[in-house]
Amino acid sequence: MLLAQATPGSFDTLLQQLGNGIAMGSVYALIAVGYTMVYGVLQLINFAHGEVYMLGAYYSYWPARWLGYVPDAGEKPSVPLYIVGLLFVAAMSACALTGMLIERLAYRPLRKASRLAALITAIGVSLLLQNLAQMAFSADPRGYPQLVQQTSVQLGPIALANTKLIIIAVAAIMMTGLHLFVQHTRPGSAMRAVSFDMRTARLMGVNVNRTIAMTFAIGSIMAAVAGMLVAMDQPRLTPMMGLMAGLKAFVAAVLGGIGSIPGAALGGLLLGVLEALVGWQKPEYTEAVAFAVLIVVLLVKPTGLLGKTGREKV
Amino acid sequence: MTALLETKGLTIRFGGLTAVDDFNFVITPGELCGLIGPNGAGKTTVFNMLTGVYLPTAGTVHFDGARINGKSPAQVAALGVSRTFQNIRLFDELSVLENAMTGAHRHAKINLFDSLLRTPRHYREEQRQRDKAYRLLEFMGLEDRAGLTARQLPYGHRRKLEIARALATEPKLICLDEPAAGMNTLEKGELSILIRRIRDELGVTVLLIEHDMKLVMGICERIQVLDYGKTIAMGTPREIQNNPKVIEAYLGGE
Amino acid sequence: MLRTGAVLVAGIIGAVVLNAVLAEFIDDYVVRVINLCGVAIVLAVSLNVINGLCGQFSLGHAGFMAIGAYVCSLFTTTQRYYDAASAQYVSEPSLAARMAEMFGADLAAAGSEQLQSIAAWGFLPGLIAGGVVSALAGLVVGIPALRLRGDYLAIATLGFGEIVRVVITNIPQIGGATGLPGLPPLANTSWIFAVCVVCIVFSVNLQRSTFGRALIAIRENELAAEIMGVRIARMKVMAFIYGAFFAGVAGGLLAHLLQTISPATFNFMKSIEVVVMLVLGGLGSLTGAVVGAIVLTVLPEALRDVEREVNLPGIRMVVYALVLILLMIFRPQGIFGQRELSLKLLRRVIPGGRK
Repeated sequence: MLLAQATPGSFDTLLQQLGNGIAMGSVYALIAVGYTMVYGVLQLINFAHGEVYMLGAYYSYWPARWLGYVPDAGEKPSVPLYIVGLLFVAAMSACALTGMLIERLAYRPLRKASRLAALITAIGVSLLLQNLAQMAFSADPRGYPQLVQQTSVQLGPIALANTKLIIIAVAAIMMTGLHLFVQHTRPGSAMRAVSFDMRTARLMGVNVNRTIAMTFAIGSIMAAVAGMLVAMDQPRLTPMMGLMAGLKAFVAAVLGGIGSIPGAALGGLLLGVLEALVGWQKPEYTEAVAFAVLIVVLLVKPTGLLGKTGREKV
Repeated sequence: MTALLETKGLTIRFGGLTAVDDFNFVITPGELCGLIGPNGAGKTTVFNMLTGVYLPTAGTVHFDGARINGKSPAQVAALGVSRTFQNIRLFDELSVLENAMTGAHRHAKINLFDSLLRTPRHYREEQRQRDKAYRLLEFMGLEDRAGLTARQLPYGHRRKLEIARALATEPKLICLDEPAAGMNTLEKGELSILIRRIRDELGVTVLLIEHDMKLVMGICERIQVLDYGKTIAMGTPREIQNNPKVIEAYLGGE
Repeated sequence: MLRTGAVLVAGIIGAVVLNAVLAEFIDDYVVRVINLCGVAIVLAVSLNVINGLCGQFSLGHAGFMAIGAYVCSLFTTTQRYYDAASAQYVSEPSLAARMAEMFGADLAAAGSEQLQSIAAWGFLPGLIAGGVVSALAGLVVGIPALRLRGDYLAIATLGFGEIVRVVITNIPQIGGATGLPGLPPLANTSWIFAVCVVCIVFSVNLQRSTFGRALIAIRENELAAEIMGVRIARMKVMAFIYGAFFAGVAGGLLAHLLQTISPATFNFMKSIEVVVMLVLGGLGSLTGAVVGAIVLTVLPEALRDVEREVNLPGIRMVVYALVLILLMIFRPQGIFGQRELSLKLLRRVIPGGRK
């Protein structure tokens, strides 16, 4: 109906917005898999996951700065491709380590504790990382090295930044790879076994601790990529950037059905597009979209679009 | 005499599994009946359907003339059915007395503001609940433990407290789910006397699930036997004890 | 009723006396911290009814506070905003001022002192209205909360709080994103601690009543509570309404203590702060809520000095977060567990006391 009423000009802006929405949605999807996988194995909302995404951006910023790609003044030099690759590897490994460290130090001691205690700890870890980042990197926004020359690509009626196209492409590749990994490899099936039933998995000889650590590592790697991709597109890093992105990605995970990786992808894209649609008509309410979606999903279909229904035991 | 509780064709399926199949049962006021059967026969599932916890796939439950299948547990409780749980579900952080008082909550005729302002009605209500709870603790022999938190009670006493709490709702029918589980012989003996007194002195009809055959045979007037969700026998304890199907179910099941 | 009445009256007189004493002898900064403690106590004690007694994990307290704060400000504060339609600044007199006008006061001729006293008359109705509107919001949140459990409820209530914030940000008439400056400094120690006393007394009475036991029963075992005839839905919604009411009143107090509010004042960190107070004190313990509120209001202030001393800006919040994590790992039941500081406990703790 909206389409019929829109003037041609605003129809183009709609398409434009949809393009941006898909890019943003891809980012949500990348972050959301971290939430969904961790929730799958531990039934824990890893509040700190948004901070891992933020760290992904900073972890790549500092080596780049150290190598001289972020001058204090003047034109930013372009970065050779192999350095870009190295930066990605650096951020991904550093985030994987961070994720595993969080799990080992904060969550593992609480595995038998109440879920409430675990949730509050997760909030605590999130606060800790935010504030450590503020101390380490200062609260002031930082720029980002120019990993690719930003240009605008004309796609029919709309012009999309090449960095947004990169986001969409990289996210699609990463998500597909993750899906294949989980479905078709031994470690992947161990993850599925643990998320199905931790005790049985242990009895069947799965190393549960290692599998959980791996789950955190993989989720963090995806978040690191998301952090770098966003920084390439909008070169403005702050220690607080993970807060909202993390919450929204969590909503995406719930929307898609928590525990499901394709669900996270679908939920992320849908949320990105929905935000874009609302942004097209009422930009001031974009921030509320995710939370409204969350509440509606929880009330109407708490298992999400692709989630499995679980029955409560009496 | 008219039935207090009557089920017709009560059936429930979980996925493909039929947990209880065509369960027909009648209990008249003042009776003391037993429901027995090997583990996994579907006894607790029957209780869950009687008390509104599970929605039956088919069949009806009538209590005191009203149809109660489809009603919520609270609505069923309001009509006068109470129960205990196989896996004890006490309010662990409340005291023993307060646990029993919770059973009396549903008869409270005061509103929130009475309690916030502590009007005379609030004090009267507290007194009523405390008296009621205390009397039932005395009845169950728990009065000198009234001040402990429920968590601190030994196992056998926890089961008794569940019964006191259920009685405090002033039910017409009480469903006891393995009340003797985990008790020693002495405690079981006491318990069977108590269960009979619940019926005789308090006038509450009793439906009992129990594994201890001596206890069931000793106090129940009528017994119905479930195996794999189906009724395989019903009758007096003597009839049940000599029923070849029952003997086979138990011997085959063990 | 007599005892409750007497305690309330004594408490309110106590608050007024405290106000006079503090104003006379104590440094302004310290008085401010004490006042912040009072507001925090109201917040923590009211959230304790939802999270602690009833066991419904809510992360939406900031949303209720925001509603209370803004509604209360309508009563006391002239709202000035830029009206895009007429392209000029508009000034809407406060509800108190309008009432005064209806009773024949000439606002144009009134001196600033007179205007202030008119604003003061709006404060009590404002606080109550803020509480009531917030309680209505509690009703709205409480109903969907019936279908959600545990962390899903937590995240949904967090969503509610954020939605409230976004909505306020988009109402230019109440300051939008920039917020409302220039609220009159009406929330002094008398007001804050009078509310504190009312909140604590009511909460104690609630906790030790059939309703309190029903709430705890729901927390301890929802199914058993339902079988005992506790009306789960009604009790849960009641807990939300009760908690939201006092959160709204506390919001009104905080607004008139800070004198400036904006949507950012009520972001979800604020909700988390209150939860942390509860958790530190011991979820479910009213005493714990009070102690937690005081400790976590004073501690950051104290750490502020430490921060200056060691010259590590930001270390304060890092310590705060670390304390939270370590607390959860080593003493998840908090300081008090679910115990209350009562005469009975004192007797047990103090050696030689009566058994």
